[in-house]
Amino acid sequence: MSNLTQPSTNDNTEKLLEVKGLKTYFFPSKNKVAKAVDDVSFTIHKGETVALVGESGSGKSVTSLSIMQLIPSPPGEIIEGSIKLEGKELLTLTTKEMNNVRGKDIGMIFQEPMTSLDPVFTIGSQLIESIRKHKKTSKKEAHNIGVNLLKMVGFSRAEEMMKEYPHQLSGGMRQRVMIAIAMACEPKLLIADEPTTALDVTIQAQILDVMKDMKEKFGSSVLLITHDMGVVAEVADRVLVMYGGQIVEEAPMRKIFKETKHPYTKGLLASIPDIDKDVDRLDAIAGTVPPAHAFPDGCRFRDRCPFAMDICKRENPELLELEDGHYVRCHLYEGGHDDA
Amino acid sequence: MPEERETLVEVCRLKKYFPVRGGVLKRPTGYVKAVDDVSFSVYKGETLGIVGESGSGKSTMARTLLRLIEPTEGNILFDGEDLVGMTKSELRAARKNMQMVFQDPFSSLNPRFKVSKIIEEPLVAQGNFSKAERREKVVSLLKKVGLGADALDKFPHEFSGGQRQRIGIARALAMNPKFIIGDEPVSALDVSVQAQVLNLMKDLQDEFGLTYLFIAHDLSVVKHISDRVGVMYLGRLVEIGPKKAIYEEPLHPYTRALLSAVPSTNVDAKRERIVLKGEPPNPANPPTGCPFHTRCPLAHERCMVERPELVDQGNGHYVACHLYE
Ligand SMILES: Nc1ncnc2c1ncn2[C@@H]1O[C@H](COP(=O)(O)OP(=O)(O)OP(=O)(O)O)[C@@H](O)[C@H]1O
Ligand SMILES: Nc1ncnc2c1ncn2[C@@H]1O[C@H](COP(=O)(O)OP(=O)(O)OP(=O)(O)O)[C@@H](O)[C@H]1O
Ligand SMILES: [Mg+2]
Ligand SMILES: [Mg+2]
Repeated sequence: MSNLTQPSTNDNTEKLLEVKGLKTYFFPSKNKVAKAVDDVSFTIHKGETVALVGESGSGKSVTSLSIMQLIPSPPGEIIEGSIKLEGKELLTLTTKEMNNVRGKDIGMIFQEPMTSLDPVFTIGSQLIESIRKHKKTSKKEAHNIGVNLLKMVGFSRAEEMMKEYPHQLSGGMRQRVMIAIAMACEPKLLIADEPTTALDVTIQAQILDVMKDMKEKFGSSVLLITHDMGVVAEVADRVLVMYGGQIVEEAPMRKIFKETKHPYTKGLLASIPDIDKDVDRLDAIAGTVPPAHAFPDGCRFRDRCPFAMDICKRENPELLELEDGHYVRCHLYEGGHDDA
Repeated sequence: MPEERETLVEVCRLKKYFPVRGGVLKRPTGYVKAVDDVSFSVYKGETLGIVGESGSGKSTMARTLLRLIEPTEGNILFDGEDLVGMTKSELRAARKNMQMVFQDPFSSLNPRFKVSKIIEEPLVAQGNFSKAERREKVVSLLKKVGLGADALDKFPHEFSGGQRQRIGIARALAMNPKFIIGDEPVSALDVSVQAQVLNLMKDLQDEFGLTYLFIAHDLSVVKHISDRVGVMYLGRLVEIGPKKAIYEEPLHPYTRALLSAVPSTNVDAKRERIVLKGEPPNPANPPTGCPFHTRCPLAHERCMVERPELVDQGNGHYVACHLYE
């Protein structure tokens, strides 16, 4: 009954990324510890899209930055855990080896595309650089690959765009350029941290479409970070729900919506107005998300949980598998097992 | 929906143009028509939701409506009186009835003032209340928005985003306004907190008979809170009508695309998505004719030259599209 081993949902597919017992803490001042990511384990299979959802401060970005080993240190540090890509441990790689993994095996798109594109270089030169970093090709060949990628992400005037600068593009256009750059080296894993949050819905629809196309074309797996449950329902195969630095529920996408188990996930779904439903009043979760340096003892959700029991104050529940591939971290579901 | 609807606010052909300056002399080389000939009414006691994508002119429309910025043209009748043309003191008197709640609860509250001072400020300005009366009123306002008296002596930074938004709402309520404009009042909040604030706004509306103009880019939130909904595109109101009509039988091709693009958590009913081609136009150089024709799947020749006007399709459902004339 360990929460570290996560049998794959579909055993016949290969594991791509395995995160086990990951702890990433921040030490902003002497007596303060922010347990931003605290014992997180999950697996991503080849070709799979996994959504990581949760509210602000739950640890989504820190999880993805840990995988990329881009945690600012100090104040942050990966305290323990293991991150394996195709069985190879990433946490023990040298800086140089990790540089090779980034942008080659793993591509990443961030929420704010302007900060991740260099304003002084043309789109073309940034694309070409990224292609040549991992593929031995001539400049001319790389240029052609770049033009093709821009076409794939939906630009009709790709040739001209190669000569343009980031500031000449709208937010949605920049984000598509970022996808093109991230896909340039045909990564095995694409990590997209809120790739559409800053964008309008019609542009979001475009981006989600492009991501789907690229995924199919290159067979990449995707870790999609979002707080939008609608986006999850649109694109995810499997869902990880984070709260207070931990995964509180994990399940195949439909089960998250149809057989919701954790009181937090239930609350989250009930508090979202949905375009296809009519309710007079939303079922809001009381209170607010606690900051990472002040989680309550026991279960981190207990202050806001309508079902909180005595044991919830004392013990933080483990993430247990209820049925095939459906995990939940909640004392309500611990019925059959012996207390440690 | 009430049978006889009394109008509280009537906006007539409102325009706000911002000059675009260029060259060494900084002369206007053109205009961003942020609000371009917009007309609509807000009925007493209702919530009119306004949706539209970034840059469509929602915030500019809201600010112009309160004359926080001066309209380029048009009239704004509040309870029958035109705000355009009012003197400063007349406007100050009229504004008591109109308050605004902003998107960013962090920057809209003075960080150096305690909560008590922030909320009582409008009461002090009015000058009709003693210190004790003001205190009592502030405490009761805080209670209304779900905060305790212990909030009085704290500063804005000591509160979470949702609590700050509650403080913003309490301040807006201090003058007993009839009309509140919320410009993305819940957009910066986490979903669980967003639900709390939406519920609060509904409760306060019932209790005080408030009329809301609720601006948001989240179509699900707008659907939840509104009685009627207006859709803006590039400074124009392209469709307006009862919520049910807009969401169930949208007419304008833009409204249809917009609605189809909203991701739904309903995993059993996947809707057909209309993905728009092309890029949103540059507002400083908007298309001729219908502003949507460059992305419209149904555009024809007329749309490129002639601007469609809002036309009534029955039951208060108006659309500005040549397909429906
Ligand atoms: N550089 C840092 N220094 C100190 N604390 C940090 C730092 N980065 C993140 N944290 C803390 O780690 C926790 C998790 O942050 P994270 O950015 O992962 O949240 P998130 O789930 O991505 O939220 P959001 O939806 O707002 O992006 C937060 O409590 C945050 O304050
Ligand atoms: N003070 C200003 N000077 C010049 N242009 C302006 C000014 N304020 C707004 N604009 C322009 O007017 C247009 C409408 O902007 P507005 O902020 O009203 O849009 P919005 O619908 O509120 O967008 P968002 O959803 O991003 O808040 C935009 O093109 C914007 O750049
Ligand atoms: Mg984040
Ligand atoms: Mg705005």
